[in-house]
Amino acid sequence: MSEWNRDIEEKDALLDAGIDPNESERAGTFMQVDGKVSVSHSKERGVELLPMEEGIAKYPKYKEYVGKAFEKAGQAIDVETEGGYLLLVKEGHTVMFPVQVCLMLKKKAFSQKVRNLIIIEKGAKAYVINGCTSSKAAEDAMHLGISEYFIEEGAYLNFTMIHSWGKSIEVKPKSAALVKKGGTFISNYMCLKPVHLVKMYPTAVLDGKGARASLNSIMIAHPGSVQDVGSRAILNHAYTSAELVSRTISLGGKIIARGHLYAKERDVKGHLECQGLVVSERGVIHAVPELETEYRDVDLSHEAAIGKISNEEIEYLGTRGINEEEARSIIIRGFIDTDILGLPNALRKQIDDLKEKLGTEGM
Amino acid sequence: MGLLDVKNLSVAIGNKQILEGVDLEIDKAQVFVLFGPNGSGKSTLLKAVMGIGGYSVTKGDILFEGRSITGLPIEERARMGISIMFQHPPGVRGVKLSQIARMLSDDEELIRRYVEELNLGYLFDRDLNVDFSGGEMKRAELLQILLSRPKLILLDEPESGVDLENISIMGKVLNNYLVQESAGCFVISHTGYIIDYINAQRGCLMIDGNLYCVGDPKVMFETIKASGYEKCKECHGVRME
Repeated sequence: MSEWNRDIEEKDALLDAGIDPNESERAGTFMQVDGKVSVSHSKERGVELLPMEEGIAKYPKYKEYVGKAFEKAGQAIDVETEGGYLLLVKEGHTVMFPVQVCLMLKKKAFSQKVRNLIIIEKGAKAYVINGCTSSKAAEDAMHLGISEYFIEEGAYLNFTMIHSWGKSIEVKPKSAALVKKGGTFISNYMCLKPVHLVKMYPTAVLDGKGARASLNSIMIAHPGSVQDVGSRAILNHAYTSAELVSRTISLGGKIIARGHLYAKERDVKGHLECQGLVVSERGVIHAVPELETEYRDVDLSHEAAIGKISNEEIEYLGTRGINEEEARSIIIRGFIDTDILGLPNALRKQIDDLKEKLGTEGM
Repeated sequence: MGLLDVKNLSVAIGNKQILEGVDLEIDKAQVFVLFGPNGSGKSTLLKAVMGIGGYSVTKGDILFEGRSITGLPIEERARMGISIMFQHPPGVRGVKLSQIARMLSDDEELIRRYVEELNLGYLFDRDLNVDFSGGEMKRAELLQILLSRPKLILLDEPESGVDLENISIMGKVLNNYLVQESAGCFVISHTGYIIDYINAQRGCLMIDGNLYCVGDPKVMFETIKASGYEKCKECHGVRME
């Protein structure tokens, strides 16, 4: 495809964001550079991946979904947007390979503001990899992605977002998911490269019996980076459950790891886990776990720990012939535990390679 | 020249002197058992041989195959052929037992065989030592030790927290290795169970940082069981030179 004839720098940027320019083992691709949609196609029957306006025109019944998830999450969104995509996985359809979406910044000081709608219809199942990246020229640019996810009855969505920005980029995505009866929403967030500022607090609203959400984030803050990242689950219906897990590493930058479990019904279950590792002598990690309930009969818990790599572990690996530097790197890579992401094998391998490549840069 | 020569060794933890002037020799293919009450300095000696942080050698020397290892970092000693089984190994989150096993050996067949013999299949892709039971931990330790093909194995109370069935599994696999590879083994034992499986030739008693009497470990262990450590010390009489 001609759209994919890109320069080397851009290809590398795409790969670092988990995007496969060859589209092998991908069910479809959407790509927007600055304000312009450059690729938008699906390789699978049962999957629609269209520029937002085109998508709404084709599926007018989903027009009324816009803003619905935010409304349920108690948030009002009032931002002018340009572009973005509609991903629709049709009823009962299981997508074998992940759908890939790439939002890229290229122009200096450009403000990219997109609006995305992801709808997984009843009983459908899909994996999405969403890579956000920027070219070297895109200094001081900003990205604002407004995304809403609708996981309908018995549907499943595993959405992995990889941020791979430059160190002068600011990003403030906003997202909300509405999970219906028996639905599962897994949201993974990874940001391993330097960025100026990321500020986000995605919310999942569990709105039907048996709905389940798992929101995981893995973040590394390099010197000069600030990542203020949280995840929130609103347990809106009995017999729903949520798990919020974060693994954060400061290499000198600042991380605020927020988490909020909110029980608005009885008989719900939630667990929140924040683990932080400060690797450099100075580095900021601020864990803010919040539990909130309106009823007695709920089961909410959290555990949080911040610390350094333990000498005991380094020495232990030393007794196996592994030197200190190597031991540190093994422990850090282990701490960035991609097991928590629940990824299919193809994607898992790619994410692990990315982790190997990026996770140890600057350490 | 022994495999391990501990010469006039004094070891302190912080400002506290734990061992003073200890002499000990372990030969190639020899299994040496160290008995002694809690707090007598047995673990300190083992950890000083491995080079674990916080155990500082204040006097004397440790030689391995005739070469002084006193100042060497842990990983160097490991690479020279010394391997230790910890009493309480730390959990390493996100690092799989399989990952460490493959770092230690590229012989997949050997790994597969030990994993089977030590019944570690179900733990192979779990995080190292995280939520392992006592027996699981020790079996996983033994796997790592054997895969590094050491010349000297240091076992710090291999029986603690382990049921008899697990001791039997470990004892057999360990003994095979020691015999086949003519490796030396330095064992700290409270219960003596492990000596039923490995052919221990020499035993020694440590009390308050001093070594007493060298003898047949099985006889010594019987004396200790029947009459206690002090009696064992008296009965065999002579302080080790």
